[in-house]
Amino acid sequence: MPAVAIKASGLEKWFGEGEAKTIALRDVSVETEFGEMVYIVGPSGSGKTTLLSVLSGILKPNSGAVSVEGVDIWNLNADQLADFRLHKIGFVFQDFHLFPRLNTAENVAIPLILRKKDWNESIQQATKFLDIVGLKERADLPPMKLSGGEQQRVAIARAMVGQPDILIMDEPTASLDGDTGHTIVKFVHDNILTGNRCILVVTHDSRIYEFATRILKMEDGRLM
Amino acid sequence: MKGMLRLAYKLLVNDRAKFTALLVGITFAVFLMTFITSMFMGVLNHASATVINIGASMWVMDTSVQAITSSIGMPDYVLDAVRSMPGVEYAVPLYSGGALVKLPDGTYQAVTVVGLDDTSLFGRPTLIEGNIEDIYAENGFIVVADAEYAKMEKPHIGSEFELNDHRGVVVGVAKVTVSGLFGTPTLYTTYYRAVQYIPNPRYTISYVLVQPKSPSDIERIKEQVNQLGYLALTKDEFIQKNAAYYVFQTGGGTNILIMTLISFIVGLSVSGQTFYTFILENLERFGALKAIGTKNRGLVSMILFQAAFTALTGYGLGVGLCTVVICLAKLRLASYAAMIIYPSLLVSFVLVVIIAGLSSYVGVRRVLRIEPFDIFRG
Repeated sequence: MPAVAIKASGLEKWFGEGEAKTIALRDVSVETEFGEMVYIVGPSGSGKTTLLSVLSGILKPNSGAVSVEGVDIWNLNADQLADFRLHKIGFVFQDFHLFPRLNTAENVAIPLILRKKDWNESIQQATKFLDIVGLKERADLPPMKLSGGEQQRVAIARAMVGQPDILIMDEPTASLDGDTGHTIVKFVHDNILTGNRCILVVTHDSRIYEFATRILKMEDGRLM
Repeated sequence: MKGMLRLAYKLLVNDRAKFTALLVGITFAVFLMTFITSMFMGVLNHASATVINIGASMWVMDTSVQAITSSIGMPDYVLDAVRSMPGVEYAVPLYSGGALVKLPDGTYQAVTVVGLDDTSLFGRPTLIEGNIEDIYAENGFIVVADAEYAKMEKPHIGSEFELNDHRGVVVGVAKVTVSGLFGTPTLYTTYYRAVQYIPNPRYTISYVLVQPKSPSDIERIKEQVNQLGYLALTKDEFIQKNAAYYVFQTGGGTNILIMTLISFIVGLSVSGQTFYTFILENLERFGALKAIGTKNRGLVSMILFQAAFTALTGYGLGVGLCTVVICLAKLRLASYAAMIIYPSLLVSFVLVVIIAGLSSYVGVRRVLRIEPFDIFRG
């Protein structure tokens, strides 16, 4: 596995045209390595989430290139890109986006089910990951019966169940109180971050900065 | 794909309130569509009761006849001419007309009188009481024990009535395959007695019933009857002619079409709206699935599966409910005019597929439009 996990150069991204044009990224270049937990921080509207989306193959930049593990992801077609995300990247969304009509184990198993793995095997694997995040006993409960911190851990288990090389976390502490947020990120740092994995975290919560390998500051679409 | 469909299934059925609303909408629509068309088919079937019960292979009639009830008398020579045609095994006259009978309590009751050929009694009904030979007895009539039987005060063998100042005596009680549509009891007697008792115009033969020597003779007989200035139809063609009359000439067909369309629109509105709400409520989750790596065709498959599963379940429940209602109605009213036939089921199925298709189309459009980036942005 190459040491460089993500390499992006000359990223430009804008929304709208003419007077309504908003520039979100201005000539951003960034490189991350496996074993790193990289934070992208900055004020609201600085382009953190846009950068995260461009790096993870969700939002196409207007110019520039992104290479993940040596693959130029924006040269892939839509289906290849979807497959790439499914197999290489784990997402932890700010609002978790758990399915309230599925139980916790089924929620965690989703990436495996999408990879066409057998249902029962997927649930078994999901239960193992729930055990890792300390929620094995909650496997049969719907997510709505869990606390915010527990839901965040379910979201992390879902992101990790497919054992992706890259983990993307968008404002992981935004919906949690200070202590819970701190505990969750510490858990990720201690248990999920390995030498074969790169974690990108968008946050503006300075209380969790201690876990960062590197902090990238953004302002007005530029990396400072 | 199997796992994704199972996921779609769980997302659908675990949302019990929405799933129930969807099922109720589709079930109700299917029930109405099937019931309405079944009722109409039943009515059409009963409208051809005499044709079905008599069972003749071919019917010769005046060219102006629109339905079995509107027979136009034909002169006797038509019967003779048909009998002499090559390919005809035999031909007999049939009288079919309405009359008023005076019951023992002094009230009058409209009846349908069928006069069978005196010699052969061709088209005679199956007797459940009495002997068929007794129809030749003086004033002998056979009464059909159908849903209208009670209107003649449930007569039994020996019961008397008056028909156009002639005495009538019940000599037998019969059952028939299909009872009539028009709510009047049916009496069978001989052709001769029928035309003798009931005031008639100059020509008295309502229909000539024909038995061809072989099926290949049917076309030849039709041609010859046509040259004679009359019309010959097979049993099925006559049933179709009857049906066409009630569908196109009475407004019945238009009404059924309108009612079926209304049921369709009700089903589409309820199911479409509920399904759309279901999609909207899960839109962010579908977006999350897209972000995680689900392809568009995967999401489309999930939505189509959900729509198809709901539609088929609702279809089954609707048809089942319709069957139960019709069976219950037939337990109370033996001659209840409703019958579920394959074309009715097919029509309902096609309409429910359209409901599912349109409902899912709107949902699919929304889901395909959502960008995973929107999920990140919140």
